[in-house]
Amino acid sequence: MDNIIEVNSLVKHYPIKAGVFQKVVGHVKSVDGVSFSIPRGKTFGLVGESGCGKTTIGRTLLRLTEPTSGEAILNGQDIFKMSKKELRAIRPKVQMIFQDPYASLDPRMPVGEIIGEAVREHKIVSKAEYRDYILKIMDDCGLRPYYVDRYPHEFSGGQRQRICIARALALNPSLIIADEPVSALDVSIQAQVINLLRDLQEKRNLSYLFISHDLSVVEYISDVVGVMYLGNLVEMASKEELFKRPMHPYSKALLSAVPIPNPDVKMNRTILKGDIPSPANPPEGCKFHTRCPECMEICKKKRPEFKDYGNNHQVACHLYEKTK
Amino acid sequence: MAELTEKQEKKAKMKEIKKTNALMYKKFNQEKKRKNIPESEYITTMRDTDNIIELDNLKTYFYTDAGTVKAVDGVSFDIPKGKTIGVVGESGCGKSVTSLSIMRLLQGPQGQIAGGKIRYNQDNRAIDLTKISNKEMQKIRGNEISMIFQEPMTSLNPIFTIGDQLSEPIELHNPEMSKEQVKNRVIELLKLVGIARAEGIIHNYPHELSGGMKQRVVIAMALSCSPRLIIADEPTTALDVTIQAQILDLLRDLKDKINASIMLITHDLGVVAEMADYVVVMYAGRVVEQGTVKEIFHDPKHPYTIGLMKSRPVLNEEIGRLYSIPGNVPNPIGMPSHCFFKNRCEKCIEKCAGDYPELISVTDTHKVSCHLYQKET
Repeated sequence: MDNIIEVNSLVKHYPIKAGVFQKVVGHVKSVDGVSFSIPRGKTFGLVGESGCGKTTIGRTLLRLTEPTSGEAILNGQDIFKMSKKELRAIRPKVQMIFQDPYASLDPRMPVGEIIGEAVREHKIVSKAEYRDYILKIMDDCGLRPYYVDRYPHEFSGGQRQRICIARALALNPSLIIADEPVSALDVSIQAQVINLLRDLQEKRNLSYLFISHDLSVVEYISDVVGVMYLGNLVEMASKEELFKRPMHPYSKALLSAVPIPNPDVKMNRTILKGDIPSPANPPEGCKFHTRCPECMEICKKKRPEFKDYGNNHQVACHLYEKTK
Repeated sequence: MAELTEKQEKKAKMKEIKKTNALMYKKFNQEKKRKNIPESEYITTMRDTDNIIELDNLKTYFYTDAGTVKAVDGVSFDIPKGKTIGVVGESGCGKSVTSLSIMRLLQGPQGQIAGGKIRYNQDNRAIDLTKISNKEMQKIRGNEISMIFQEPMTSLNPIFTIGDQLSEPIELHNPEMSKEQVKNRVIELLKLVGIARAEGIIHNYPHELSGGMKQRVVIAMALSCSPRLIIADEPTTALDVTIQAQILDLLRDLKDKINASIMLITHDLGVVAEMADYVVVMYAGRVVEQGTVKEIFHDPKHPYTIGLMKSRPVLNEEIGRLYSIPGNVPNPIGMPSHCFFKNRCEKCIEKCAGDYPELISVTDTHKVSCHLYQKET
């Protein structure tokens, strides 16, 4: 299949420093060997609880944080090995939408400048076409032309997120990394932004890396979904497979924990005990064994491999290893 | 030149508002400082003695320099004894302000209860919470009515241990208890909310606990005096889904154990469907629809409620395109006299440009405020 990006065993460890000489005493294993690929024109959804490393993955792909090891291949080139100059050339192709539209816009720049700054910097269009180009992008994102001279504080959360999307889109990217783009918005506004993202994908054949903790949103927008736990992917499959037939106990628990807006449905909940362990000191063996309802002896000793069990449904769990 | 005068005009207008506001603050403050309020002023009767709280045309306004914000503008609903009532709405619709009004914790001097009644059913009498003195309110707040706040991270004091913070309300409301008794009660509470290592936790500081644990502590604090009503303001919004499931399970469990009513404020319809017996839907400071949970979810009437339900993707349900309510929530200053939802409504009819629609009863419990359901007269 034609993949826009291929990520192989991505690792990011943050050192923990202590003492007078800032000696490194340990590592927070934020991302601990993650591999996935995103097909062109599709959406890869990444779900998991807070602290599982999903945001770190998004940031390392843009080299906003430097990865510890691994590779990310975009158009045959490894992003992680690029020099500053090469990186600059590739940046327009990969753009990011951040979580909080209140914090990610410069309050002292008018909207046109926010969207256009990078366009000028990367010389996407000629000077003569510049203004029309900005207006066209704004129109695509549902922003009125007279907004161009307004400042971010004059807009509501949903409008701000549209500005963020316009800013990303203006560089004509092929991959957009959307880090919880709707979780700061109201329910009725969320739907507007999600629809906009979908329309743009159809129109421009965009690929998304959609990071979110909201499973129902991820199910709606994604084609392929990866579930993360403590820095590792525990399950990855097509949307239909994962939501109809979740295999990993963690995915099952995660799915059953989502409240259903129907008072007649009384769910058989698998409620997980306890909290997510610290990524600085993850449990031995399978990282999930401390909270797993189906934990076996082997889980405490050996880390399960991430294997394909047919239909491109990949799981890392000992439960399924015997049967195969 | 024209622009300048416009600016000056604006300034003059603001000055005027400031002046009238200052007078307002003075009036409200005098009212609040009164001591020994005669009983006749605050004793009322409940409409239905099975209710614990009855809100009757509650109006909470914020007198700001830019104008008066009618955050809660004539809200009426009942909280029955031993039931859970879910209040849903988007940010800025006045759901939190309603709860703060009940607790009398509004940010002064701007925020004031401008009218209406909050009838509270005490053991042997009914009192109006908007009228009683501050001293009287202090006896009720945290003791008979308690609150769980949205963010467990910010609602605990970082410089006191969990044990200290939990024992404070118990000592305050039960001065006769000895230190040993208080400590035992604290440990009992922590066990009640499912913290296994209660004896150890009381010596910990908030930063040493995870989000879910902190929320458990906050819930324990709210339960400390066996309240009759718990107001939970978005208790799970800041938490992960798996932790949210734990906390919701806990709340449901506790409600049966201590036989209290819960007023659950949230924007998540899924949480409401699971927890609540009754639902109140608010929009721009007013109740647009209320009813039992089944009525609201199976037969929503108001276009806003319908839109709200359709705009959320639901797990394991195929949908083509998400429905989205067009436009934004209106500016809270200078609201129109017609239906507030008119400009975003798809089913808008001619009548909608007229007066604000009254609450119409569909069934005994189901009420909706929309011209679509008004019978022709």
